[in-house]
Amino acid sequence: MANRRPIRWHIGVFLAPAVLVYTAVMIYPLFNTMRLALFTEIDQQRVYVGLQNFSALFGQAVWSDAFWNALGNNFWFFLIHMLVQNPIGIGLAAILSHKRLRFAAFYRSAIFIPAILSFVIVGFAWKLILSPIWGIAPSMLDMVGLKSLFAPWLGKEEYALTTLALISVWQFVGIPMMLIYAALLSIPEEVLEAGECDGITGMSAFWKIKLPLILPSIGIISVLTFVGNFNAFDLIYSAQGALAGPNFSTDILGTFMYRTFFGFQLQLGDPHMGSAIATAMFAIILIGVCIYLFGIQTRIRRYQF
Amino acid sequence: MKTSTFTATLLATTLLTGSALMAADVTLEIESWRNDDLTLWQEKIIPAFEAANPGIKVKFNPSAPAEYPAILNAKLEAGSAGDLITCKPFDHSLGLYEDGRLADLSDIAAMANFSDVAKSAWQTDDGTQTFCVPMASVIHGFIYNKDAFEELGLTVPETEAEFFAALDTIKADGNYIPMSMGTNDQWEAATMGYNNIGPNYWKGEEGRLALIAGDQKLTDAAWVAPFEQLAKWGAYMGDGFEAQTYPDSQNLFTLGRAAIYPAGSWEISGFNGLVDFEMGAFSPPVQNAGDECYISDHTDIAIGMNAATEHADEARIFLEWVGSEEFATIYGNALPGFFSLSSFDVPMVDPLAQEFVSWRGKCNSTIRSTYQILSRGTPNLENETWNASAQVIKGEETPAAAGERLQAGLASWYAPHQ
Repeated sequence: MANRRPIRWHIGVFLAPAVLVYTAVMIYPLFNTMRLALFTEIDQQRVYVGLQNFSALFGQAVWSDAFWNALGNNFWFFLIHMLVQNPIGIGLAAILSHKRLRFAAFYRSAIFIPAILSFVIVGFAWKLILSPIWGIAPSMLDMVGLKSLFAPWLGKEEYALTTLALISVWQFVGIPMMLIYAALLSIPEEVLEAGECDGITGMSAFWKIKLPLILPSIGIISVLTFVGNFNAFDLIYSAQGALAGPNFSTDILGTFMYRTFFGFQLQLGDPHMGSAIATAMFAIILIGVCIYLFGIQTRIRRYQF
Repeated sequence: MKTSTFTATLLATTLLTGSALMAADVTLEIESWRNDDLTLWQEKIIPAFEAANPGIKVKFNPSAPAEYPAILNAKLEAGSAGDLITCKPFDHSLGLYEDGRLADLSDIAAMANFSDVAKSAWQTDDGTQTFCVPMASVIHGFIYNKDAFEELGLTVPETEAEFFAALDTIKADGNYIPMSMGTNDQWEAATMGYNNIGPNYWKGEEGRLALIAGDQKLTDAAWVAPFEQLAKWGAYMGDGFEAQTYPDSQNLFTLGRAAIYPAGSWEISGFNGLVDFEMGAFSPPVQNAGDECYISDHTDIAIGMNAATEHADEARIFLEWVGSEEFATIYGNALPGFFSLSSFDVPMVDPLAQEFVSWRGKCNSTIRSTYQILSRGTPNLENETWNASAQVIKGEETPAAAGERLQAGLASWYAPHQ
């Protein structure tokens, strides 16, 4: 009774660096951005205007058209990743985890390498590959007699965004592959052997045993893809510039926010409107992640052993 | 081994301390968007200044052209911008001056070497305060491949009909891409397209000032006509021009694969070193033979002083020098195609630059229509014009629709048009 537990200072001391650094570089800027969105500049004075920036963003055609266009493009960008990147990633992982595949380590690294390249390099390299003037894409198609299929994809409104999404898929397909590969390796042999005894082998073993067991990993990958895509900016910016041409067909929330916040050419930056867009982006990502956490992940957990 | 490293370190420290003591030199940093000019500044302009002004060092720090205003604003706000600021014309610099970022330079003696027109792009609306020392203007027109023209028996087109006839001949021959331009980067379509050929239709300053006053609209025939001409350009551009970037266009022309390049005179210095054929230039063709011609002679570049600089005295010495005849001569010849705005009669050697500047004698000069006042609001008229010009060239928007869209955008915030 006499000796009360001493206050455990060391917990606070050890937590402090991380908490302080995280607060300074993440939490404070985040909330400050939200605060900035509630102001505007009139005659070089910062004035509090409440939600006026948001009502302009969603209510005035000048802003809302651009916003919905960017949001729509963002969903398309995300959809391509979900439909192309993740299934291919899962497929590659399934092939790589096959025990009789030779040079598996080589394929694994080769496929993963683009993910560690800089966006600028990827954007620039693909721009050159697809260039109608110097690119190798037209001549390669010519070699197999399919020149007629070539179009200046990055310059056409109807193809540009899909092309960029596929470039991004090429770059990042290694990440779902690696995560799924790790998940596949962790499936216990006994489970598979038990399945074999019941006559489940080959492809059906993948569909009936492995796939259900890696579903949680697929869920995580989906969330990572969602967050990554809705924060995307670099690839579009390096390939198409801040105006996200042609005719804003590749404009996503990231480029829209950049253009508004920092300005472009004669358009001066408007940090307050830019913050409003950034806040809207944050809200969209938050909602998406919450849907996953509360709607999907809880259900997946119940699935497990 | 260890001893020698130690000695080396000692030596290095001594040397460093020594030079630090000697270096009472002030270093002035210049912010600029002209990254193409880096070597010229480093090899010609800065050494000339430093030789005449011992104790002042100058460093030229360019950034990417399209990002310059954004980068500069961010740097100024963060307090990390250089001492000298290269000034974009009109509102961007005026905004900086009104925010107190640029210093008032009206008292610089060298200002007397510039005409009022030259200074107008860097003055307050009432013209009482000047905040940047004008450096140069750029002139728009078309650069062409003389060898290609000779081969095809073409002469320089004077009228629009001749211009398109020449393009048709080049296209029919098939050896050259008639016109080297793409729409990927968008700005060429507006700057080297719309604002290049436009002044002939809207009669230069007359139309530009009427548009600012609200007496003319972007839906008027004079303002839609340039779009109508642009709509015809697409057919003469190379395969896949939709994805052709600005450097692609420059390379196509300098490699001799294209015959005509819609240009700004700033290209001259870059092109001179790259081409192995003779280049010529012609001013934007007029509608009918004998019409008065108008050219875009755009006050493009000036230099001002960061109001927060710690080296204001040295910066002023540099700015006085920028206004001098010596600078005008070095700059005009080191960068043919940037025409000095000073009143000095600067002799120029480059034949292509001489051709461009000779148009000042026969045509009326104006500046780009979207730069003064009209790009102050949202949507931004200049950026919208980029988009509209590119869309029109690609045939995805009709000239009339483009005019209506721009007018609606302008009228949404600009009182004289409401």
